[in-house]
Parts: sequence; structure tokens; C-alpha cells
Amino acid sequence: MKIRFCLNEKDMEIETRPDRRVVDLMREDMGLTGTKESCGSGECGSCTILVDGETRLSCIMLAAQLDGRSITTIEGISGVEGLHPLQEAFIEHGAIQCGFCTPGMVLTSLDLMGLKPCPTREEIREAISGNLCRCTGYQKIVDAVEAFASKRKVPQQ
Amino acid sequence: MRPVFLANNINELWDMLRQHPEAAIYAGGTDLLVRMRRGIIDPSALICLERMDCLRGVREDGDRIFIGACTSHTALLADPIVRRHFPVLARAVSRLGSPHIRNMGTIGGNIVTASPAGDTLPPLYVLGTTVEIMSMEKTRRLPIKDFIKGPGRTDLGPGEILAGVWIKKDQPFNILSFEKIGQRKALAISIASLAALLRVSEEGIIEEARLAWGSVGPTVAISEEAESSLAGKRLEPGALSEAARIAMDAVSPIDDVRASKAYRRLVSGNLILRLGAGLDENALRPAWPPIAG
Repeated sequence: MKIRFCLNEKDMEIETRPDRRVVDLMREDMGLTGTKESCGSGECGSCTILVDGETRLSCIMLAAQLDGRSITTIEGISGVEGLHPLQEAFIEHGAIQCGFCTPGMVLTSLDLMGLKPCPTREEIREAISGNLCRCTGYQKIVDAVEAFASKRKVPQQ
Repeated sequence: MRPVFLANNINELWDMLRQHPEAAIYAGGTDLLVRMRRGIIDPSALICLERMDCLRGVREDGDRIFIGACTSHTALLADPIVRRHFPVLARAVSRLGSPHIRNMGTIGGNIVTASPAGDTLPPLYVLGTTVEIMSMEKTRRLPIKDFIKGPGRTDLGPGEILAGVWIKKDQPFNILSFEKIGQRKALAISIASLAALLRVSEEGIIEEARLAWGSVGPTVAISEEAESSLAGKRLEPGALSEAARIAMDAVSPIDDVRASKAYRRLVSGNLILRLGAGLDENALRPAWPPIAG
């Protein structure tokens, strides 16, 4: 099946099985291994991507559903100048331990701040409640998102 | 290879169903695709409803509200009509899954999955919801309690889809509660839940009670006996204890990985006791100051 979509701001047209999971398509066919798979059943948030700017779990989404959509993976948020300032904030605040949940945490936080530019700690916690960190580094992740939001002058999305 | 069809409108959907009558239908995929991945089901084709705009959204129609089956939980939570008329449903949806699951999952999917732990089901039961079922030939409506037949089983026949739900607005309840017991706040499959609507007079007398429990039976558990035991009584611990005792006998929980049968039975009763104790925190529209004790 031919699928057309926009991936990290590039228009794509690919031939793939319509029932291929989006997480497999990204990691294995597109080589975008920043999207992680952990539980494979929609319960951990590691495979979070943005579809038209809103979070989706790529382990419970099929390739056919991408047609006509705009997809952002973690690889799509950093520019030629380097990491996204939210990624820098994660590093600065020690919000990354093993790093496996980080792409999902970052994309989920960007979705939140698209809706609420200056979220409270409670709103950040609620927004990332579907992203599990098995290193349990939640405080520092919330610190990073909060610091990024308060420092940022121009809204990102 | 398994074909996946994206229906954009109702005529496309009927064509797809005619050509692939054995196809599995999904909207968010949060249940179906997980079961497919685990090998529990192996459909030969899939039809995805996520682009069916005609099955999405909330609209007022006379004294009723229609909620399209493909309305996502996130959209329900943000909807001013739902928040105003059905806060008990909004409260349950706010505890469903996680933000990502709420972005993907739909109210219709939650109903058709017919899980004993489906979080929208107890509130839809107490609200007296009617489901609307469509096929190419006809549209029919029936009460949700008759639509859900058992765990994972509904009254949907071949060629039929759930189009949405009808709920009467301006229901005369002034105390509402939805509580879900799980191991954590987000991403928890409920161990037991209770949706409750009470109509309480200015004097503090319960005039009508509607109660529905999740996860403590093969489908949503209801107890007319517990409801009628509250009618005419003051909303205070004595009446609630009596209803709790009746409820513990009325539910039919099982032991599973999440909790024991005995614990679920006890919690089903105790959730009723909380209708009095947690009023200020738990009721969204308390009609009068909570009674002490």
C-alpha cells in the first residue's frame, strides 16, 4: 500500500504493509530509532510520537493511519543548530537517566506546552502520567519542563 | 498481509463492510490492536473509523445530547456540553487510561469493547444512556444495559456499528460521584469503580439514587435494592452503611491478578460510604454542606 505523509517536515511517499505498526515503520524502515518500544500495548508512552501535533502511541497505530498526516518523532525537533531547548533543559536538570523514556517525555511535554505555554507542576505531572520512567526520575523531568516553560520567551508551537 | 481500510464517510463504510463482512472494526485501536498483537484475535481485514467525521462530536437535540461513537475521550473532556450536563461522565473519562490513550480511544470503542472495567460504562448506566446502532438497512436504539451482554459481548449484529449514544440532559441529580480504585492514578485498570447520582432534597433527604459499579461482575453491576434502600433516608452514615451491606451481596466479583474477590466485594460497599464522607472533595455539584460524621 502506498502511503503519503509528512515526516519531520519532509513529505514522504512510501510503499508498506498497511497493517505494519507505526513504531516498526519508524524504527526499522525509516531508521528513526529515537522512538522506543517498551510495553507494546499502549501502557508506557515510550513510543510516543506527534500526529498533527498531538501525542499518539506508535505501538498501537497502523501504517495506513498515517496517510495524509503530519508526523513528528524525536529526531524532528532538533535543528541544525543542535538540540531543542527542551532537550537541553532535560540535560541541564539531570532529567535523563537511562534515557529510554526521554523521547516520549519530551514529545509529550511539547504537546502540553502547545496547549498550555506555562503549565503548572501539577499540569506537567498530569500530562506525562502516561509516560513511565522506570528510573523513577519524575521530579527532575518535571523540573526540566517547568524550567524550559518559564525561560522560554516565544511559544514553540 | 492484512488490509486496513480507512472509511471517510458512511457510504464508504457500508461498501467496505459489504466487501469484507468479517473485518474487525476499530476507532482508536487502544484495545483491538493490543489484542491483535497478543494473538488473541487475528482478523483478516481491519476497518478504521478514525476519519468518520459524521460519527464524531457532541450535539444538543431537544432534551437530549448525542455523542458520536468516534468522539475521543480527550474531546469529551474538553466539551462544554459534556462538562455541564454530564460531569459524572467527565470525571470518569478524566481517570481513563492516560492522556495518550484518551487522545486515541473513543467513547464508542469503550462501550463496544464491553470490558467489565470499561471506565465510561458505570456513568453511562446511571445516566440512563441509550445507544444508537446503525446498519445499511436501519437504525435502532436500545438502553445500554440491554446492549452490553457480557464481558466483551454486545448486541451488535453483523453489518452493524455503534453510531453513538443519547443521554437525557437536565437530569435532576445534585450529587454525583465517580471513584475508581486502582494501583495508581494513571494507566490503571480499575479494581472496582462506582458511579453514583443522588437527588437530595434541601432537607437532606435522598429522593432518588442511581448506582453502578465497574469491575465487580461480568458487566456493570447495578442494585435496585441498594438504590431503593437509600430513597427516603437522610444522607448519613446509617443509610449509606445499609446500602453498602446490600451492595456487597449484589456484586459478583472474581479473583484476578489485580485484586481478590473478597477485597472487591468490600470495596464495592465502602465506595458507597464515601458518598457521605467525601462530599466536598468528591462531589462536583454538592447541593448543601456535607454532613459531619
